[in-house]
Amino acid sequence: MPFVEVAHLVKHFVRGAGLFRAGTRLAAVDDVSFSIEEGETFGLVGESGSGKTTTGRCMLRLVEPTSGDVRFRGANVLEFSKRRLREARRQMQIVFQDPYSSLNPRMRARQIVEEPLLIHKLGDRTTRRTRVAELVELVGLNPAHLDRFPHEFSGGQRQRIGLARALALNPSFVILDEPVSALDVSVQAQVVNLLMDLQQQLKLTYLFIAHDLRLVQHICGRVAVMYLGKIVELGPAAAIFAAPQHPYTRALLSAIPVPDPDAPRHRVVLDPSSVNRGAALKEVAAGHWAAI
Amino acid sequence: MSDADEPLLRVEHLTTVFDLPGGPVPAVDDVSFEIRAGETLGLVGESGSGKSVTAVSIMRLVQPPGRIAGGRLLFKGRDLLTLDERAMRGVRGADISLIFQEPMTALNPVFTIGDQIAEALRVHGRASRSEASAKAVELLEAVQIPDAASRVRDYPHQLSGGMRQRVLIAIALACRPALVMADEPTTALDVTIQAQILDLLRDMKSQFHLSLLLITHDLGVIAETADRVAVMYAGRIVETGPVRAILQDPLHPYTRGLLASIPGGAPGRRLKAIEGSVPSLGALPPGCAFAPRCPDRFEPCATQPPPDVAVGPDHQTRCYLYDRVPLKSDARPTDAVR
Repeated sequence: MPFVEVAHLVKHFVRGAGLFRAGTRLAAVDDVSFSIEEGETFGLVGESGSGKTTTGRCMLRLVEPTSGDVRFRGANVLEFSKRRLREARRQMQIVFQDPYSSLNPRMRARQIVEEPLLIHKLGDRTTRRTRVAELVELVGLNPAHLDRFPHEFSGGQRQRIGLARALALNPSFVILDEPVSALDVSVQAQVVNLLMDLQQQLKLTYLFIAHDLRLVQHICGRVAVMYLGKIVELGPAAAIFAAPQHPYTRALLSAIPVPDPDAPRHRVVLDPSSVNRGAALKEVAAGHWAAI
Repeated sequence: MSDADEPLLRVEHLTTVFDLPGGPVPAVDDVSFEIRAGETLGLVGESGSGKSVTAVSIMRLVQPPGRIAGGRLLFKGRDLLTLDERAMRGVRGADISLIFQEPMTALNPVFTIGDQIAEALRVHGRASRSEASAKAVELLEAVQIPDAASRVRDYPHQLSGGMRQRVLIAIALACRPALVMADEPTTALDVTIQAQILDLLRDMKSQFHLSLLLITHDLGVIAETADRVAVMYAGRIVETGPVRAILQDPLHPYTRGLLASIPGGAPGRRLKAIEGSVPSLGALPPGCAFAPRCPDRFEPCATQPPPDVAVGPDHQTRCYLYDRVPLKSDARPTDAVR
C-alpha cells in the first residue's frame, strides 16, 4: 500500500459564469494519478498553469477536488467528514511559497508556531511552551526572537517559522509548495539543507512542488512533470533528467539556464502540435512513465 | 570624446540614497562600471542589492525619498546628471531605454499595444501618426510576434506574459536606442518562455547593434547572455569581470558562495549555503558589507570597507583577500592570505 496515493484526481474551475451564462469549464487538474512512498521526496514540476499547486491543495482539501481519490495510508481523504479531516490534517501539512503573506502579521512568532497546538487542543500551557521551544530549535531560529512579529524577520527566517508551524503537530507528510522560490538566492540553500535535515531526522515524506528543476533534480527521488493539467512524464529523477521522453519535458529541461558560459546549449522548442494530449502514460523503462 | 575606446556608458561613483525617517540609506553606494559599445553587461544581485536602483538612477527616474547623491553618468561622453529634465526626456527611450520586470503591469491596459508602440515613436518625433502604426507592426514582427498586423490591435490582457514581454522589448527598441537596460526581464516568466525571451534579446542586440545592461539574480541567465558581469551586494559592486572569469573562477567570497550554493553535484547532498541573511541597508556594518557572512573574513574586514583591487585582465574585486596581490590572472586567496 503506497503511503499517499492520488488516483484520477480532477479539478474543474468554471470561468466567466453569470446568471444566464454557463461559463467555460477549465480542467486545472485533469485525471492525475501518482503515488508517494513513505520517506521519499516526490517532486511535482511544471510551469504556471500546469496544475501542480492545485493538485497539492486538492490533496489536503484546501481546494475541493471535482472527482478522484486521495488515499493517505489507505484511507480516502476525500470521503472524510470534517472532523475526520481535521484529525487527518495533523498528519498532513503544507508549507507555502511566500513567507511574506502566509504568516499572520499581527501574531508574534511564538503564537504562529503555537497556534496549531491550540486549534487541536494539544497539551497545556507548559507543554505547549516546551514544544514551541523544541520546534524553534529544530528549524534553527533564535529562541530569543520568539516575541517578534513576522516583519522583523528576514525571508529565510520567516520560512523557518512557517516550517516550525507545519511541524508543530508532528506530521508524517508535508507538502512543500515552492518553499524557497520567494527567498533570496543566497539563503535558498540554507532552507533546502534544513528541509533535507528535517526529513532525515523526523522521517518525513515530502511532496515537493517546484518550478526550479535544478533543485528538484537535487532533492527529489522521483518526479512527475505536469503540463496543462496532466502528468506527461513520471519516474526516477535521475532517469528523467538523463533521458526525458516527453517532448514537453525535453523542452523544459533544455530551457534551464546553466551557470557556465561554455556549457553546450541545445534548445528544444516545444511544438504544441507534437503533444498527443490523449496519450496515456506508458512505461518506457522500469518505473519511468511517459504519455507519448 | 569621440575616442573609439570610450565606453558607451561610464558610471562613476554613483551614489543614490533614500532619505528615510531613520536617516539616509544608501541603496547604491559608490558604484562604478562601464558598458562598452555592443556588449552585454550582466548586473547580478539579490533583492535589495541596489541593481534596480542603479538602472533607475541611470534613467534619472529615482523617486523621492530617493535621490542621486553623487557621481557621474557619462553617456557618450556627456554627463547625464548635468542635463535638465527636458534634455533628459530626450535621452530616455531615444538613447537609453529600460525594460521593466513585470510584463503584467508595465503596459497600459486601456490602450492597444500598437498605440503604445506608436506613442514611443511619436514622443520622440520619430514618426508621424500615420507612419507610426506601420512602424509598430514592423517592430512587432522584429520581436517575432506572430500575425503582427492583427496583433497590433490587441490589448495587453489578450496577450500571454511572454508576448507582453516581447511588446515591452518592441517599445524599448522603437527609437533605436544605443543602450537597453532590462531589469529582470524573465523573472516573472516560465523557464521555457524565459529561454525564448533571452534568445530574442540576443537576436535584437545584434540586429539593432545595442549595448545591453541585463539585471538579474540568476547566474544561469548571466551565463547565457552576458559578456561581462558586475556583482552587487548591499548597494556596492563587489566584483566585475569577463563572464568566464566570474563564473568559472570567481574571487570575491560572495560570488564564490553564490555559485557554490546552486544545486548541482550529487543528488541529496547538502548544499554549500552562505550563512546568515542579506543585511538591511540601514544597518550595514562599517567595513565590508559581506563580512558578517564571509567564511574568509579576517582582521580589517569588519572595520574598513575594502578597496577595489585589480585581480586579472579586466577583473576587479573589492576584497582584502586580494589587497596586496600584484595584477596577475592566477591570483588565489590562499596566495594572498598566507
